[in-house]
Amino acid sequence: MAEHAFGGIEIRHLYKIFGPDAASHVDAVKNGMTKTELNERFGHVLGLRDINIEMPSGSIQVIMGLSGSGKSTLIRHINRLIDPTAGEVLVDGADVVKMPEAELREFRRHQTAMVFQKFALLPHRTVLDNTIFGLEIQGMPRQKSIETARRWLERVGLKGFEEKYPNQLSGGMQQRVGLARALANDAPVLLMDEAYSALDPLIRTDMQTVLLDLQKEIRKTIVFITHDLDEALRLGDRIAILRDGEVIQQGTSQDIVLRPADDYVANFVKEVNRGRVVHVEAVMSPLATGAAGGPAIAAGITIEEAVRMLASAPDGDITVVDASGKPVGAVTFRQLASAMVNTHGTGERAAA
Amino acid sequence: MEWLYKFPSMQDGALRDLKKMIDEGFRAFTRAYGGSIEGFFTPLQHFLIAVDRFMTQTPWPVILVIILALVWFASRSLKIMAICLVTLMLIGYFDMWTDTMRTISMIFVCTLLSIAIGLPAGILMARSDRVQRVVNPILDVMQTMPSFVYLIPVVMLLGIGRVPGLIAVVIYAIPPMIRLTNLGIRLVDRDVLEAADAFGADRRQKLLKVQLPLALPTIMAGINQTIMMALAMVVIASMIGVQGLGQPVLKAIANQYFTLGIFNGLAIVGIAIMFDRVSQAYGQRLQKHREIVHG
Repeated sequence: MAEHAFGGIEIRHLYKIFGPDAASHVDAVKNGMTKTELNERFGHVLGLRDINIEMPSGSIQVIMGLSGSGKSTLIRHINRLIDPTAGEVLVDGADVVKMPEAELREFRRHQTAMVFQKFALLPHRTVLDNTIFGLEIQGMPRQKSIETARRWLERVGLKGFEEKYPNQLSGGMQQRVGLARALANDAPVLLMDEAYSALDPLIRTDMQTVLLDLQKEIRKTIVFITHDLDEALRLGDRIAILRDGEVIQQGTSQDIVLRPADDYVANFVKEVNRGRVVHVEAVMSPLATGAAGGPAIAAGITIEEAVRMLASAPDGDITVVDASGKPVGAVTFRQLASAMVNTHGTGERAAA
Repeated sequence: MEWLYKFPSMQDGALRDLKKMIDEGFRAFTRAYGGSIEGFFTPLQHFLIAVDRFMTQTPWPVILVIILALVWFASRSLKIMAICLVTLMLIGYFDMWTDTMRTISMIFVCTLLSIAIGLPAGILMARSDRVQRVVNPILDVMQTMPSFVYLIPVVMLLGIGRVPGLIAVVIYAIPPMIRLTNLGIRLVDRDVLEAADAFGADRRQKLLKVQLPLALPTIMAGINQTIMMALAMVVIASMIGVQGLGQPVLKAIANQYFTLGIFNGLAIVGIAIMFDRVSQAYGQRLQKHREIVHG
């Protein structure tokens, strides 16, 4: 991959209609026919409407939505497990939608890897043999693929479990196998379809940490589907919120929490632990001229982190400095504390 | 009002002509193609004779050791091995060894042939709903048509002997093999298949690495059923010249030899139990990974 930088994923004007005669209804949908109308008049189900998402290389794109929002349908368009009714899916510049079957297979073997909600491991194979599955499909010699698989199994914390069968492992460990299988493929795109939804909360947090740590090394383009906003905010470099097959907001976690696009999103965001998401810049006041005293904290850290760092610091203004050490604003302990519990304060400030 | 009490049937003359026409047509077909069809089955006949010769002409201790070794390989169970040993010893002691070996060799070839035809047929059936719609009623006919009925055309075409017997047995015994292969493949978890697709597996890879391994326990149940049904056909097959345990039974029926009938009948039951226990134990060993569940 050294000779070629991966170009990211771009989804353009993607439509998906489910039904026997989907193609003939695309124009009607493009001209504004609603999901209900399409279903009542023609018996077709609108899966996705005009999806446009750009996912830059090396970042984690989260797609969030409740069940029935079309998020699992959307992720299956990226490796074309589902064929779109209209639109383009460009992965590293190549349109997946137009690929002939053989080329699509090669694309799936080398460009993408996928992790599934229900793990989808092969029950008759050991952990090790499950992990080499993708490489075996690629046609890699067994000895070489076993080396790769062992490395990844160790990396996800499954050393010593190589010879176990999936049934002998807990859900969390099975999903580690799923993750190792996907990573062993060394594909630039990692698709994670509600990968952690079936795990209990503690293990889920654990697995999120595993993924974030790994991502620092591997820098893949990760598409992560979830129905859990906390998970979305924790993992996502960028987040797209899906409702009834339409993207209703996309942006960074800051954008989503501070500037929800509509009541639907605002309703979600209300329950979120803001201290862990909102950055200090969002609550700081402009720098009073010449008053850059007190302890300094870096811009970009969350309110919760700032509070933890400053819990033992003396009262008074705290200076926020940017990466080069230049002061950019000031914040008080009180401002930080109120931002953690107050839904409106930070939003107004940021909007101002 | 006569038509109310007697079903208005075809006229006797017309019906007789129709039957005659079909019979004569088939006879002509037999005369024209019987030879080449027989030629087509010659390799099968040689194979049958070779297996038969091996089973009957090898010294009995050697055969006994081979059978017990196979039983151990398949079942890894001393208990099942002991059952088989006792059964075979009793059969030998009551002077039915040669007939039993003939029957076993016949069942062995029938099972091989049923797998060789049934497995691909089941796979085809699982791949296409249309094939399934066509094949299913054919299998129904094969299973319910009285076997004497299709013995007639088979004997007309090939005469009496081993090969027509083999064909009759396979026709009767192959449906569960086809059906359970089809079922096993269709029952494979969709999520796992989707994963195989997502990793770029082609049809062949999906079949060999996912569908067949996951369907294997069901396919093994099919093989078990096929063996049992083949054994059930042994007596009928003996009517068209297949040697083995069926012939003494046939003789016993004709002459009312009660003891001869029951001895040979029990020998058939004995080898049925052997085949059944061994193939089931093997099938269970294949899905050992399913037994140990976490938690």
